[in-house]
Amino acid sequence: MKTMMKLFLAGVAFAGFFASAHAEDKPTIEIMSSWTSGGEAAALNVVKTEFEKRGGVWKDSSIAGFGAADAAFQNRIVAGDAPGAKQGVIGLAAADFVSQGLFNPIDDVAAAGKWADVLPKSIHDLISYDGKVYLSPTGAHGESWVFYSKEAFAKAGIAEEPKSWDEFFADFDKLKAAGIVPVAWGGQPWQQTKVFNMILLSQVGIDGFLKIYVDKDKSQASIDGVKKTLEILGKLRGYVDAGAAGRNWNDATAMLITAKAGVQFMGDWAKGEFTVAGKQPGKDYGCMIVPESKGMVYIADSLWFPKTGNAATDKAQKLLAEVVMDPAVQVEFALKKGSVPMRTDVDKSKLDVCAQKGVELMASGAIVPDQAIVLTPQQVGALDDFVDEYWSGSSNDTASAAENFFAVFE
Amino acid sequence: MPIKRKPNLAATIALLPTWFAAVAVFIGTMAWSIRLSFTNSTLFPSSTYVGFAQYSKLFSSAKWLASLQNVLIFGVLYVAGCLLLGFLLAAALDRKIRFESAFRTIFLYPYAMSFVVTGLIWQWMLNPTLGIQASVRSLGWESFVLDWVVNRDMAIYALVLAGVWQGAGLVMVIALAGMRGIEAEHWKAARIDGIPVWRIYISIILPQLGPALAAAGMLLAMGVIKTYDIVVAMTNGGPGNATEVPAKFIMDNLFGRQNLGLATAGATVLVLGVIIAVAPFRYAMHMRARAKGAA
Repeated sequence: MKTMMKLFLAGVAFAGFFASAHAEDKPTIEIMSSWTSGGEAAALNVVKTEFEKRGGVWKDSSIAGFGAADAAFQNRIVAGDAPGAKQGVIGLAAADFVSQGLFNPIDDVAAAGKWADVLPKSIHDLISYDGKVYLSPTGAHGESWVFYSKEAFAKAGIAEEPKSWDEFFADFDKLKAAGIVPVAWGGQPWQQTKVFNMILLSQVGIDGFLKIYVDKDKSQASIDGVKKTLEILGKLRGYVDAGAAGRNWNDATAMLITAKAGVQFMGDWAKGEFTVAGKQPGKDYGCMIVPESKGMVYIADSLWFPKTGNAATDKAQKLLAEVVMDPAVQVEFALKKGSVPMRTDVDKSKLDVCAQKGVELMASGAIVPDQAIVLTPQQVGALDDFVDEYWSGSSNDTASAAENFFAVFE
Repeated sequence: MPIKRKPNLAATIALLPTWFAAVAVFIGTMAWSIRLSFTNSTLFPSSTYVGFAQYSKLFSSAKWLASLQNVLIFGVLYVAGCLLLGFLLAAALDRKIRFESAFRTIFLYPYAMSFVVTGLIWQWMLNPTLGIQASVRSLGWESFVLDWVVNRDMAIYALVLAGVWQGAGLVMVIALAGMRGIEAEHWKAARIDGIPVWRIYISIILPQLGPALAAAGMLLAMGVIKTYDIVVAMTNGGPGNATEVPAKFIMDNLFGRQNLGLATAGATVLVLGVIIAVAPFRYAMHMRARAKGAA
């Protein structure tokens, strides 16, 4: 028995030695992401190609669905078997992991690449915790977009983009009269919250928006802003079709592609669906920021680097962080994913009409963060509940709903 | 008087791993979850105790209260519906009809499917723009409405409908097996007395099926507590809170919302609920067994 045990232990040690000796050759990394749709996978592939070109070994573990990937990642971390990198949003979602000391800082890569100079300051602040850089940003998405089908607009006799919400609702009436569903509504809580946010930004402006979400300010001005937002949101209920509840965002986009519906409120990733269907921005479909909005809500993706206790992986993480922030990779990635590059010093000429508009807003600082950046996951969930409850209910008591809104921050 | 047996040492040793698993895995994890529900854990377990704060938060959450109400409505209607429809199907098949085995296969087939598949099928069928409503309207009946899945007041009944469609086959098989076990003499005697068939089923067959139907009901009831996948596939808890269920609330808070404390509090309440619901039955059965033993 004893000798058996010894042999076994020796075998384990031997195998471990060989495994690590082998892995030492090349920086190997396992990437966990939820980027599985056509455009997303193509974008991830841009990073992969460059990473492999620089000598890295790439192991893909993609999981469809943002929540599913997060849950799997959480389980792996708790089990002590963290993957080398995880795609996730910038902001408070990563804060818990960092404060528990589970992530590797990539400060030296950031310093060598002069990230502080090439990234917008707000982004650089968001990827740093206690003065150290932990996340490497991949790209930003604008979320204040209204996409519209040019065919549907032509049928309804709408000549130009509406400038105000009143004009917008008048256009919806025209679409309705022409037998077209005015709004292709994505009926999932997270999608509804995005619409709430873009309307809120158009009603309270950039400072007001930051006051509400960052300072959690419950002044009369903030309450009034939420109230006006809920009024517009409530009015939208009359312009969606019966099948809207629970609808996926890409199914809603398909309604625009086939000209069954007029407009969709969605983030710029919807462009990917149009592109796959062979539709051109500016020609087949249009994109505009919601009426009366002086800016854009944005969300930004990044890669997270968990501690794995493996030297080869640590090396690979640094290489990957470098690759992701490479200017050429940033542009190529943005083209494939429909996003906006994070670096301000890249060649923007290749981007499409919609992305150009987004870059302009971003460069001029007319942007506000998505709730996932500034709120904890618990608060994000509470916000989803709040908007969903209001939307799916028939209540138009916007005054008391606006008061209740601030319970989200508790 | 039962014969007292000596404990068998070999058997006890053989059962040790099972004991270990039962204590460490089932009781241990349960205790761990209950402990977490008294802390302020978010993404990771924390050891800062906050007393009953998570519970008071839980019971002030409209979503949780709605989920309890929903699972009650769903549970009662689902179990009752399955038992009733399953019994009727079994009674029909018991009438020595042609192609009995074919019908049996068809009725049991839904039970072989996962709840996710069932949920998706019914979601498509009840979706007003894709399913039954759209096809009836395209036939010319323009005012036809069947929008249960997207209607706040009806969505929970849409879940019941899909659940019963899936579960009735199981009850049918169990009830049919029970019916086949009933002696032919009963039938002959009842015929001679000129009792109508429906009366035979209700007064003679049904009482004898009691244990079989109770077993089927128990199986279904256990499914109710963990109802999760059919809700996710069909409505994802919506519209609003209309079809939110406790298991989904717990899963959402465990993973999506990184709220370990609240999720474990919900899980604890759920376990307590099951114990409170089951305890009176267990007690009644225990008392009955004792009464029999005494007699």
